[in-house]
Amino acid sequence: MNPLKKVTGRVAVLDRPDVDTDQIMPKQFLSRIERTGFGQFLFWDWRFEEDGTLRDDFPLNNPAVAGAKILLAGRNFGCGSSREHAPWGLQDYGFDVVIAPSFADIFASNCTKIGFLALRLPEAEVHALMAEVDGRNGSELTVDLETLTITSPAGRTIPFELDPSIQRRLVEGLDDIGLSMLQGAAISAFEAKRVPTPDTVALAARR
Amino acid sequence: MARTLFEKLWDNHVVTDEPGEPALLFIDLHLIHEVTTPQAFDGLRLAGRKVRRPDLTIGTMDHNTPTTGKPATNPLAVAQLDALAANCEEFGVPLFPLFSGREGIVHVIGPEQGLTQPGMTIVCGDSHTATHGAFGTLAFGIGTSEVEHVLATQTLLQRKPKSMRVHFEGKLPTGLTGKDMILGAIGQLGVAGGVGYAFEYTGEAIRALSMEGRMTVCNMSIEAGARAGMIAPDETTFAYLKGRPAAPQGADWDAAVERWRALASDEGATYDAEVVIDVRALEPQVSWGTNPGMVAPISGHIPNPADIADPGDRDALERALHYMDLKPGTAIRDIAIDRVFIGSCTNSRIEDLRAAAAVAAGRHVSPSVYAMVVPGSALIKKQAEEEGLDRIFTEAGFDWRYAGCSMCLAMNEDTLQPGERCASTSNRNFEGRQGRGGRTHLVSPEMAAAAAIAGHFVDVREFDLAAVGA
Ligand code: SF4
Repeated sequence: MNPLKKVTGRVAVLDRPDVDTDQIMPKQFLSRIERTGFGQFLFWDWRFEEDGTLRDDFPLNNPAVAGAKILLAGRNFGCGSSREHAPWGLQDYGFDVVIAPSFADIFASNCTKIGFLALRLPEAEVHALMAEVDGRNGSELTVDLETLTITSPAGRTIPFELDPSIQRRLVEGLDDIGLSMLQGAAISAFEAKRVPTPDTVALAARR
Repeated sequence: MARTLFEKLWDNHVVTDEPGEPALLFIDLHLIHEVTTPQAFDGLRLAGRKVRRPDLTIGTMDHNTPTTGKPATNPLAVAQLDALAANCEEFGVPLFPLFSGREGIVHVIGPEQGLTQPGMTIVCGDSHTATHGAFGTLAFGIGTSEVEHVLATQTLLQRKPKSMRVHFEGKLPTGLTGKDMILGAIGQLGVAGGVGYAFEYTGEAIRALSMEGRMTVCNMSIEAGARAGMIAPDETTFAYLKGRPAAPQGADWDAAVERWRALASDEGATYDAEVVIDVRALEPQVSWGTNPGMVAPISGHIPNPADIADPGDRDALERALHYMDLKPGTAIRDIAIDRVFIGSCTNSRIEDLRAAAAVAAGRHVSPSVYAMVVPGSALIKKQAEEEGLDRIFTEAGFDWRYAGCSMCLAMNEDTLQPGERCASTSNRNFEGRQGRGGRTHLVSPEMAAAAAIAGHFVDVREFDLAAVGA
């Protein structure tokens, strides 16, 4: 996982509540068995007309936000399906950070596993930031994961909170699996004393 | 100290709990399917890791499978199904492949095989894993990176969620179902009302539900934003489990029941939050919008954006009505439908099929409607056929299909066409969920069957029901 320390970049605004992962990454793209290349499919039904032309009513299609690294979004972002293909798509499209008043639990946890920041701010602050972003010409902001501050397009410094264990994983680019593998002895000790649960191998072998 | 069911389940599975860090939880059962696992197995291979506990892992094919009874032909689907088979083979993970006779929707086969037992932790790369909470388990959906984590370590790093008691007050009126209870609850709580919480469902109406009904309730916990939902096990749970292939037997059974009884929340245990849902006046529910919180009773009407003060909420409502092509003030009963889908891990179990068949028996699907019934598993399909349900459905003009997720997420060929309106027993009515431009209304199996016959939504309690099934 690549470390994520400080992000400065263009901001795209998607001011809608309850954006679900079916919109972020529609099901027709979940058949792919690769992990990369999902960016081209991001928000497919919202970005494209049925004939494949760009819909000009969708904020990400605004040329001023081309190459945006930061997405400002509405509350309960990422609700619905647990598909990690949604954060994969956001990251592959070029985003490093999505800022919203709240996130769905599974979405938020999926983000931290791939070095992508789901950053929560109070709703009023998200709206203040949205107001500062120039929709026509684009604006930049900075998110600093080490100092836990945002520098807004107007130059304001906004502090934010982040679970210290998540902060450490993102900033150092730590891999959860590697860390948990180090707990092998504790897992073995737990296994030795647990009440057994069904053996799937035995079940499948029985006919 | 008095503890809730959730706290007991949590405490029983903590491997390590270091200050400031998420807890490492042991996972008793990991269910896998073709869509959310290929990248996880690739990760294992890249790092040279093994599956730590193949004996606590099981695979099935469900999301991307045809319901025609024929093998998949779409090259992407074939590649994904083949990848699962090859990965299971390589890593020693047992698999119920297509046409093995034991395959089916991942959340249907766990309980059906008796793999889902009270007291367990269960995860799956699918957000409806909370279904298994109906048995008094801590069960939740995870992403693909977490799937890889569980494959490699049989554990998961988790922050402890808060607990919420969702208490159903009163006796459920006749003709209503678990689906109506949970849709009513989501309507009240909102789609983000449960974010950060694990739900425990309690109350007389929950106790009176069958296991099928309880699974329907727990299944849709995620639709209120809760990652997990659970119900304390009782005699209904034990009766359902007894004799299932993976259930304990003989003296082991008695010892297990003894342990399972102790899982109930203690007298005086406290929750971080509590809500009460009064079911006494509940009516059959029909969703009308583009998330499951947008729901109304069958006697209700489409709301008017002009009545909404908050500009964000008003905008969201307008968008939903535009997408759904509905006018404010329209009676739910006056909404005509083109398609009916009876299936999905929410409502595809034998009891759901019997309930729909009781409505369909001796009647006929409206000429303007195409209706399909997709059993949740190969075994349910077989049982339904033994009970003659398939004949009731086909004689009434329903299409009787092979098992799978089908039009719940429409990854296979079963999709809505743009503009088509569907009464569906599944769990999500998001834009495009059942096909681009398709419009989904969530209902119970009874209400879906009644809508199929009437051609529009109708209160199923006005129908005389046939006696069907076992
Ligand atoms: S039936 Fe639908 S919700 Fe259930 S597992 Fe399949 S796709 Fe997911």
